[in-house]
Amino acid sequence: MSEEENDTTSSGKSPVVFERVKEQFQDGVLDLSEEFDELSLVAHRDSVYEILEFLKNDAKLSYDFLVDVTAVDYSQMEDVLTKYDYARFMVVYHLYSYKTGDRLRVKAPVHEKELSVRTVTSLWKGAAWLEREVYDMFGITFENHPNLRRILMPDDFEGYPLCKDYPLRGRGERETFDFERQNA
Amino acid sequence: MHADMERVAGEKMMLNFGPQHPATHGTLRIVLELDGETVVKATPHLGYLHTGFEKLGEHLDYNQYIVVTDRMNYLSPLSNNFGYVLAVEKLLGLEIPKRGEYVRVIMAELSRLADHLIWLGMGALDLGAFTAFLYGFKEREKLYNIFEKTTGARLTTSYTRVGGVLRDLYDGFEEEVNAFLSAFPKTLKEVHTLLTRNRIWMDRTKEVGVISGEDAISYGLTGPCLRASGVEHDLRKAEPYSSYEDFDFDVAVGDNGDVYDRYLVRMEEMVQSCHIVRQAMDNLPEGPVNVPDNKISLPEKKDAYGHIEGLIHHFKIIMDGHGVQPPRGEIYSATESPNGELGFYIVSDGSGTAYRIRIRPPSLLQYQVVPHMIEGGMVSDVVAVLGSLNVIAGELDR
Repeated sequence: MSEEENDTTSSGKSPVVFERVKEQFQDGVLDLSEEFDELSLVAHRDSVYEILEFLKNDAKLSYDFLVDVTAVDYSQMEDVLTKYDYARFMVVYHLYSYKTGDRLRVKAPVHEKELSVRTVTSLWKGAAWLEREVYDMFGITFENHPNLRRILMPDDFEGYPLCKDYPLRGRGERETFDFERQNA
Repeated sequence: MHADMERVAGEKMMLNFGPQHPATHGTLRIVLELDGETVVKATPHLGYLHTGFEKLGEHLDYNQYIVVTDRMNYLSPLSNNFGYVLAVEKLLGLEIPKRGEYVRVIMAELSRLADHLIWLGMGALDLGAFTAFLYGFKEREKLYNIFEKTTGARLTTSYTRVGGVLRDLYDGFEEEVNAFLSAFPKTLKEVHTLLTRNRIWMDRTKEVGVISGEDAISYGLTGPCLRASGVEHDLRKAEPYSSYEDFDFDVAVGDNGDVYDRYLVRMEEMVQSCHIVRQAMDNLPEGPVNVPDNKISLPEKKDAYGHIEGLIHHFKIIMDGHGVQPPRGEIYSATESPNGELGFYIVSDGSGTAYRIRIRPPSLLQYQVVPHMIEGGMVSDVVAVLGSLNVIAGELDR
């Protein structure tokens, strides 16, 4: 079969969720791993929505709770960059199943030139603000999101604070902050 | 009807609720669109307390970051300290001595009590019940005195360390906690007498801010707010951490998912927390509270000052680039904080500083449902709903 099979598990037996997802989405799955007793699945950007939809609606897996959506800027981690064709960001979804009690992490590499993923707000209502935060902090857009605005930073803020190239102490925004314009 | 009256009748009024409204507990702001007293639309605005905690995590080492976790949920800093170090320990693969685990559980449950007491007092105060507020704060004061004696601070506790806790419990801790535990049920009973069958309280809270179990899951609600909607789920039971499997306790579950049920669930959780603390105190094992590993836990002061070995170990842990260095990898670790699932997602590059720390705050998802709960309700319901959700601005905005 494919090369994913080699690095699926340490225990020798691949978890059911990996088998099911591989069966359904051969090309969409880039990597499957089990580390620190946690299952992690890397999906292609174009199929991550379908995979999440499948994970949620599949009667056996039933990952019905979207715990968290976040992103990581891998621009300073060379080996991850090279592994995923220099995709700078990774959008990370954490799922939990109330039925089985299993957790799963789904990640999708996103390139800087195509900085968007399809929104999952149609699957989980709670995703709206989580995705807004990812947009606010990393500049990754979510296609078809009902209300993609900044959430924590002011609307006219420039830059994305959690990117690795954004300095810890900011770019002088504190000195130039215009209170009168903000309050108008 | 007069032409002017007709125009006014169709006009919506905008009301700015917060960020300095006394019922917003911190800096929450909701822009309400009103038709008379009915809320037509509610738009929450957040970010007033955004402090860049996640960015800071990429610049502070693992032990330094504990200080930041105090400031996230400032009503129960001990639970935050606890949740964070568990995540780092998972990354390191550390096993904490049994006594350390028990001490952490005791402090986390006391902190849950303190958190719920503030929630109770403030929530009741917002709806005009002043006595419950005083009763709640009187009990909380006793807890804060215990926290102060144990950790050295009332709010910025920073009690846990990677591999253990700051210091063991002080002499006399047990008596003070026992005194609290025996007096507390009386207060709880008094509050029940004041509120639970109170006509005004019931009218203000029953069938207000209702959310179904299915919606609660879809919105990502956790903790008491999820359980009030009838979903029986508690991470202390579902994924026991830090010896929670040793304790016998019940998970409080509601039926209707309204403000009243959220009140009842939290009241019952306080009873259960007392049970857990009592069990942990009765069975508190002897032994060290910290991992007996000089590369993780700081040596005692007398060793650091009196022996070259101790001095070297102290130096290695404290100095930049020498401290706790977990292997490469990524983990997600969640704990049942008083407000719900508090998760930490840490990506480590093998150095002493995390490559990325993501905090999964229960408050963010709890605040998101506010429009769902109050649209179609009355302005006065906004106060009841906000109080029942217990949104903490520091954790919401991070």
